[in-house]
Amino acid sequence: MMRIALVGNPNSGKTALFNQLTGSKQKVANYPGVTVEKKSGLLRVAGDQYEILDLPGAYSFDTQSPDELVTRDVCLGLVKGEKRPDLIVCVVDSTNLRLHLRFALEVRALGIPMVLALNMADSAKRRGITINSEALSEGLGVPIVETVAVRREGARSLTDFIQSGMFQEPRKAEDIDFHAEAKRLISEAVYVPSKTATLDDTLDRVLLHPVAGLGILTLTMFFMFQAVFSWAAPFMDLVDSGVGQLGQFVEVMLPSGPLRDLLVEGLIGGVGSVIIFLPQILFLFLFILILEESGYLPRAAFLLDRFMVGAGLSGRSFIPLLSSFACAIPGIMATRTIQDRRDRITTILVAPLMTCSARLPVYALLIAAFIPDRAVLGIFNLQGLTLFGLYSAGIVSALLVASVMKKMRRSNEVQTLMLELPAYRMPNPRDIVIGLIERAKIFLARIGKVILAITVILWVLSTYPSPPEGWQGTAIDYSIAGRIGHSVEWIFAPLGFNWQICVALIPGLAAREVAVSALGTVYAISASVEDPSAQLLPIVASEWSLATGLALLAWYIFAPQCLATLAVIKKETQSWGVMLTAMVYLFGLAYLASLLVFNLFN
Amino acid sequence: MTLPVTLAGLKKGFRATIERVEHRDENDLISRRLRHLGFVPGEEVVMIAHGPLGMDPVLIQIGFTRFALRREEAGRVHVTEVSSI
Repeated sequence: MMRIALVGNPNSGKTALFNQLTGSKQKVANYPGVTVEKKSGLLRVAGDQYEILDLPGAYSFDTQSPDELVTRDVCLGLVKGEKRPDLIVCVVDSTNLRLHLRFALEVRALGIPMVLALNMADSAKRRGITINSEALSEGLGVPIVETVAVRREGARSLTDFIQSGMFQEPRKAEDIDFHAEAKRLISEAVYVPSKTATLDDTLDRVLLHPVAGLGILTLTMFFMFQAVFSWAAPFMDLVDSGVGQLGQFVEVMLPSGPLRDLLVEGLIGGVGSVIIFLPQILFLFLFILILEESGYLPRAAFLLDRFMVGAGLSGRSFIPLLSSFACAIPGIMATRTIQDRRDRITTILVAPLMTCSARLPVYALLIAAFIPDRAVLGIFNLQGLTLFGLYSAGIVSALLVASVMKKMRRSNEVQTLMLELPAYRMPNPRDIVIGLIERAKIFLARIGKVILAITVILWVLSTYPSPPEGWQGTAIDYSIAGRIGHSVEWIFAPLGFNWQICVALIPGLAAREVAVSALGTVYAISASVEDPSAQLLPIVASEWSLATGLALLAWYIFAPQCLATLAVIKKETQSWGVMLTAMVYLFGLAYLASLLVFNLFN
Repeated sequence: MTLPVTLAGLKKGFRATIERVEHRDENDLISRRLRHLGFVPGEEVVMIAHGPLGMDPVLIQIGFTRFALRREEAGRVHVTEVSSI
């Protein structure tokens, strides 16, 4: 099968084009370095099939950065067991030709058949940039197609070209100065009116202002967490009553017995207690997606760079760390855009301290149980403030951990930033909706697989064996889960965790949100009643002391990570040492923080 | 009087022309990278913004592109013909 690779500068729209060609839904956003891995997909046109490769963006093949190396190796055919691409589609941003043509010339020098895709042809026209593609194609010696990757049918000209099969090796022009050549080509074939859009100038003047810019950044972050708590509430109530009704329905339909108990208590109760957090997670992602699409994220990296350097990180760490609020796994993978290896490892090690969305259910339950729903200063809500505080605690400890690591490695090596800030873009509502649907699917798939399985196993473990007649304690005390909980209780007793919490912590290692459903199962909640999570709430609120609740919150700031995160750390760093360091220090911090909080409030 | 000026010292809202990019050592990855990003002699650059702490990093526009550079990085780029826009 014909192999076609999409190559080009960062943020030129390769992945959007890839999605168009293959019908995939790979993540796209408006900042350089979204794609850090090679992705492959199938293009089908009129009965023919082509393999399409989406490669990380690169400024040059002469590079040290892990994501750019992937692109270089694929293009040079250095990847074992893989043939060189038969055609390279060099994607360039039509509004940024000077930089992108330079790299296109570097790509041309490879001598592989190539076509130049003038992407974002529509924005170029809007800005009054006119490109004489015939003259450019002539000068470059490479065929040219115009594309608008973000519009439906926007890749039509490219598929037509691929189908025509008129690939030819570019003529060789060795030892030319790529810059001078790009400049010459532009002077011959491109007319550019003014340098940047005035809107970008105005926005940057405000958003990058030393005082106003930082103020806006803080407010945005703060607003995001407030919204997650308050806007999602009505939707959560809706999900909750739906789950309750389903439980009641099953209870009425089935005869009583172990099957009904499993379905109502184990399945519906367990899954229901996690699924209720879907609205909050979607609100969090709504904000993250809008920030990603608008082009604001690299601006935040610009504003925070110096602060992060002080802590042993880099402005480049900002985007991976922000992604970690969704989940540490994509966040850790996004660190591939950090060239300096030690910066990268530090970022990887602190990424799990960013509060991932899986922790939200745990926080939400505990906050609702222990923090009064009260207005503060008229506009803020105490619960929202607490959530903001928990997120901040994660961030502050990440900065502290990073600066300790910086002291330990005591290097004088200069680190780099050199980050491109893209043009602002109005987020496209359709893309945002697609992004949210994707997130909802991921969340529901997690519930469907991991959480469902664990919940059922846990239900079995906490139901059997049934206690003999005349047993004095509760049934769960006699069960396997109860015995496990009791046997490890001594480890966590200094933190104020009772044996029920101990039982819930163990499956929480697989997926943090399971801790909530596990608590539900352990406290033998029946979902048949009107409001399942509202049932767990009063039990938690009455059975646990405030100190225990807060200690568990503190535990989850540092939360022994989910196993998937540890696996990704191992994979990305190729080092057991880094993974073990992460595991040990996170466990240690979690234990110490809970110990401190428990004793402070007890 | 013309003092030697680097990009790190360029005031906000000023433009200049790149004279040369300094190699601090044999294998200066930063200067190499800067070249790939388009920082080559003869190019016109504009200082767009400074970071909030210690005026670091700086935001430079070159051609149609904006790059955030640390002062350390910008200091390698020597410029001439400084003028306000």
